[in-house]
Amino acid sequence: MEKIGVYVCHCGTNIAGVVNVEEVRDWTAKNLKDHGVVISRDYKFMCSSLGQELIEQDIKEQGLTRVVVAACSPHLHEATFRKACGRAGMNPYMCELVSIREQASWVHTDKVAATQKSKAILSGGVRRVEYHTALEPLKVSIHPDTMVVGGGIAGIQAALEIADAGFHVYLVEREPSIGGHMAQFDKTFPTLDCSACILTPKMVDVGSHPNITLLTWSEVTKVDGYVGNFTVTVKKKASYVNNDTCTGCGICWEKCPKKVVDNVYEAGMGIRKAIYRPFPQAVPKYPVMDVDTCIYFEKGTCKACEKFCPTEPNSINFEQKDEFLDIPVGNIILATGYDAFDPHRIPQYGYGRLPNVFTSLEFERLCNAAGPTGGNILLRDGKTAPKVVGIVHCVGSRDKNYNEGCSAICCMQSLKFAHLVHERTGAEVYNFYIDIRTPGKSYDEFYQRLLEEGTHFVRGKVAEISDAVRLPGEEGKLVIQVEDTLTGNQLRVPVDMAILSVGLEPRADAKEVAKLFGISCSANGWFTERHPKLDPVATMTDGIYIAGCVQGPKDIPASVAQGAATAARVLGKIQQKEIALEPVRASVLEEKCSGCRICNDLCPFNAILFHEDKMVSEINAALCQGCGTCVAACPAGAISGTGFSNEQVLAQIEGLLLLNISEDAVPA
Amino acid sequence: MTNNKPFEPVIIGFTCNWCSYRAADLAGTSRTKYAPNIRLLRLMCSGRLDPTFVFKALANGADGVMITGCHPGECHYLEQNYKALRRFQLMRRTLEGLGVDPRRVKLVWASAAEGAKFAQEVTSFVEEVRALGPLNWGAGENGRVAEYQSTPQEALA
Amino acid sequence: MSDKPKFAMYWAASCGGCEIAVLNIHEKILDVDANFDVVFWPVAMDAKYKDVEAMEDGSILLTLFNGGIRNDENAHIAKLLRRKSKLLVAFGSCANEGCIPGLANLSPVEDIVNTAFHTISTDNPNGIHPQISYKMPEGEIRIPTILPRLKTLDQVVDVDYYMPGCPPESHQIAAVIDLVVQVLQGKAELPPKGAVIGAGNSTVCDECQRKRNVKTINSFNRIFGQAIDPELCLLEQGIPCNGIATRSGCNARCPTAGAQCIGCYGPAEGVVDYGARLISGFASVINSKDPKEIDTILDGIPDPTGQFYRFNLAGSLLKAGAPAWKKNGG
Repeated sequence: MEKIGVYVCHCGTNIAGVVNVEEVRDWTAKNLKDHGVVISRDYKFMCSSLGQELIEQDIKEQGLTRVVVAACSPHLHEATFRKACGRAGMNPYMCELVSIREQASWVHTDKVAATQKSKAILSGGVRRVEYHTALEPLKVSIHPDTMVVGGGIAGIQAALEIADAGFHVYLVEREPSIGGHMAQFDKTFPTLDCSACILTPKMVDVGSHPNITLLTWSEVTKVDGYVGNFTVTVKKKASYVNNDTCTGCGICWEKCPKKVVDNVYEAGMGIRKAIYRPFPQAVPKYPVMDVDTCIYFEKGTCKACEKFCPTEPNSINFEQKDEFLDIPVGNIILATGYDAFDPHRIPQYGYGRLPNVFTSLEFERLCNAAGPTGGNILLRDGKTAPKVVGIVHCVGSRDKNYNEGCSAICCMQSLKFAHLVHERTGAEVYNFYIDIRTPGKSYDEFYQRLLEEGTHFVRGKVAEISDAVRLPGEEGKLVIQVEDTLTGNQLRVPVDMAILSVGLEPRADAKEVAKLFGISCSANGWFTERHPKLDPVATMTDGIYIAGCVQGPKDIPASVAQGAATAARVLGKIQQKEIALEPVRASVLEEKCSGCRICNDLCPFNAILFHEDKMVSEINAALCQGCGTCVAACPAGAISGTGFSNEQVLAQIEGLLLLNISEDAVPA
Repeated sequence: MTNNKPFEPVIIGFTCNWCSYRAADLAGTSRTKYAPNIRLLRLMCSGRLDPTFVFKALANGADGVMITGCHPGECHYLEQNYKALRRFQLMRRTLEGLGVDPRRVKLVWASAAEGAKFAQEVTSFVEEVRALGPLNWGAGENGRVAEYQSTPQEALA
Repeated sequence: MSDKPKFAMYWAASCGGCEIAVLNIHEKILDVDANFDVVFWPVAMDAKYKDVEAMEDGSILLTLFNGGIRNDENAHIAKLLRRKSKLLVAFGSCANEGCIPGLANLSPVEDIVNTAFHTISTDNPNGIHPQISYKMPEGEIRIPTILPRLKTLDQVVDVDYYMPGCPPESHQIAAVIDLVVQVLQGKAELPPKGAVIGAGNSTVCDECQRKRNVKTINSFNRIFGQAIDPELCLLEQGIPCNGIATRSGCNARCPTAGAQCIGCYGPAEGVVDYGARLISGFASVINSKDPKEIDTILDGIPDPTGQFYRFNLAGSLLKAGAPAWKKNGG
């Protein structure tokens, strides 16, 4: 017979103010005696050191074999009481914490009902604890290498921090160069320092760092394993260029006859060749071949790049194949960024139909000295400077039809644009906003500066941008129709150029990526952090961290901070060398498994494997995350799960229902 | 019934460790009040919910069962709550075949942030079950299954 | 009376198939005769209840009890044989888990009796309705009283061993008889009390030779009206085969013959509720996340209660349908 000690906590008046703690204590001593309860005590604060000592003392002196504490949520103090039991020599998992605070005293006002319910909850815990088994945490070693996926500023920061600390990093980027969106920008708010000036040194650091293996033009195709022991399969796409011999001289793309609109780096504003390097400061410096547009791949002849390549041996290799690398790493940082909202989806804004409606990314390229106009802000004709520019905020953000959330960066981005237009063209600028949101350091000061610069601010959501002339002065202009909600007037503002400050959206393939890495994302596709406040860069999957906009819209400083934060977390894990995993795990009893394969497709962590030879399924304990879905599904009852076994749950149900509410006084 | 008190349904609520149990915790820390008729049981995931648990709860005297989990697409274990959904749908059909009003078993999605929603769902479910009356499958001493199972002792006597 | 150990077999609420299965062991039946003194077996020999009542308690070594407990006569004999037997075996699905007679637990007794005597399928021109007792000039005569619900044997008396199947496979019966004979000869030991004998620990899939893959279910279909792949797992073809949850021991007879397992061997070792295992197993691998689509797929199982509890209703957690509980009281 088990010897169970029961401890009912007052939590000051938090519990005792509503639940009659003494009554619960006495009821338990009397009614649960037959279920092994030998001690039932109450105490003011069980979590205090004196409260814990009470338990420890009873374990040592009375020889308790199980402990049930009725207090607060296990999410708060389960670890506390488990440790206390462990100190007294009991297996920590022989302890059960049931919540009579969050589930009774704090949510019910009726003292009698709350007391009755507390008895039921406690009796559930007592019945359950009898079936607890001694568990040992699973120890796994941590592979010291790390993979960072996404070479934008967040990923770059994370990679550098870890590499500088002396550990190896694989940085995977699907484009030909790292740099991400930040490499496309001209200036950064609110300081207006040049984006390239602050980014490219970091890119160069990454490219030359002895501890960083840079895998550009590469994508992750498969992730196996678990914290400390992942194996990531990376597809290194054929670039048809031998990087060992290429010098990045640029003759190949000069000679390439095929011009292609660059929709990625130049946001459709510029052209590149079929063989290309997206921008001069690209890291690495080697070009890649775009097989979808290359004339040779289309027609079978050309090979201009090969003919003119000056290196010896020739660096162009049309026989190159995609390569798949299996890379063992201990931790993974996802920094795959965002997609800019596509304003084609708002037809009334005329993007794609009215030439002088630009997106924010297009405008960034327009401002950029390395961009298609050499940094001159010109209309789509490439010649005319605008005299009046309208900037529309919140395009695709804060809108139930597209994205309900605020994209966090568009106000500041729009203010930056307004400033740049002012500075470079002297044009009049209108900002159409819903609310101005400038919560960052020195952000509101920047807004004040814009107000002083004479930028017009119109508070209202733009209804339409059109070229239809209705009033004199509108000829040849774009007319922005908006209600100024501060004055209540409908305005028609004729402009030469309209800039749509588009919002940030999760990557189009965010959900597939989340599935690939076994993490969760919100319904719209932002990756979910472990805790929104206290654990913003970890995910619910151990060993996988998120940094930058992949977690939600944010600006550069926040992305950098998250990149560094993930690095700190990963370094912490690496330093531990070995970590303990919660031993809530499922396992298959081989002699009961009939190999029906019902469970095989149920595990999102691929922890279940099927042995064709023995016709049985097996669960890899380290991969198992302990959800119990396979346990519940196994038709033969051949899978059992620790911590939440059938016996534990069924006994708890019996315990919870020991006391019928109808038979006891429960005043309405 | 041994007394004339109004019928107070007993509900067993299954919660998942990551969303709905935390929603219940949040209801607690926010002091959001709800009906005391529910008794919660924590599982790691709604995917752990074995229909056996629901039948057991009903057979042991519960008048209703509330199954809760993360919202679809937000499961901590990616998509196990969909498995709970499928089982729930088949279980309801089976219960209906057994003559149990399927409204006695309810599936509710609640995120860790939805303490108030959780509280409100509990209270409204309690009222729904109250309207259905006692199930009385095996409640307490006078329960039907209890009587049914008591026979062996008398036979051996 | 010989000094051979005594053997008894009895049928309560059952169809008689279990007795046939015993006879189907062919010449092995001679072993029974050679090793046992058959003292009570209403189907095979003439004996009266009073003969059994006169026996010493515990004097019968082995009793194979088939059939559920449907009326007070069944209950009386179950208790009687329990007292008189050293080893009481719940023999066959009815005694183990209620089986087909247990499906009557979906209905209250009066509905059952009305269906039997007063529906269009019954030729009963005078509207005769059975009465429990009837006074005759010679005295009162009585027929057994039907109980509110059918119970399994172990819901009425303590059971030593369980032998599932509807009926138990003859080769399994032969093996069990072999074992008991060996125990008598001191060559083997009895399994622990409460064990399931004459069956496997795993499920039918263990013995099924059909090929199987990672399972997903897109639809449930009936066995007829479609071409069935003779090699592939039936469940993967949408046939709701209960083999995944049904105890092994039958050599996967039905699936091998191209018909789905209907579950007569009951749940696998340690399973609390057979139907729940099937519900969970089937539903978990339905290939949809959309409630409406899931419902459409589930329409392919028109009678879930029958599908999941055909043999196991009386032995399940809920034991009976709500109407049976309600109308008959406790």
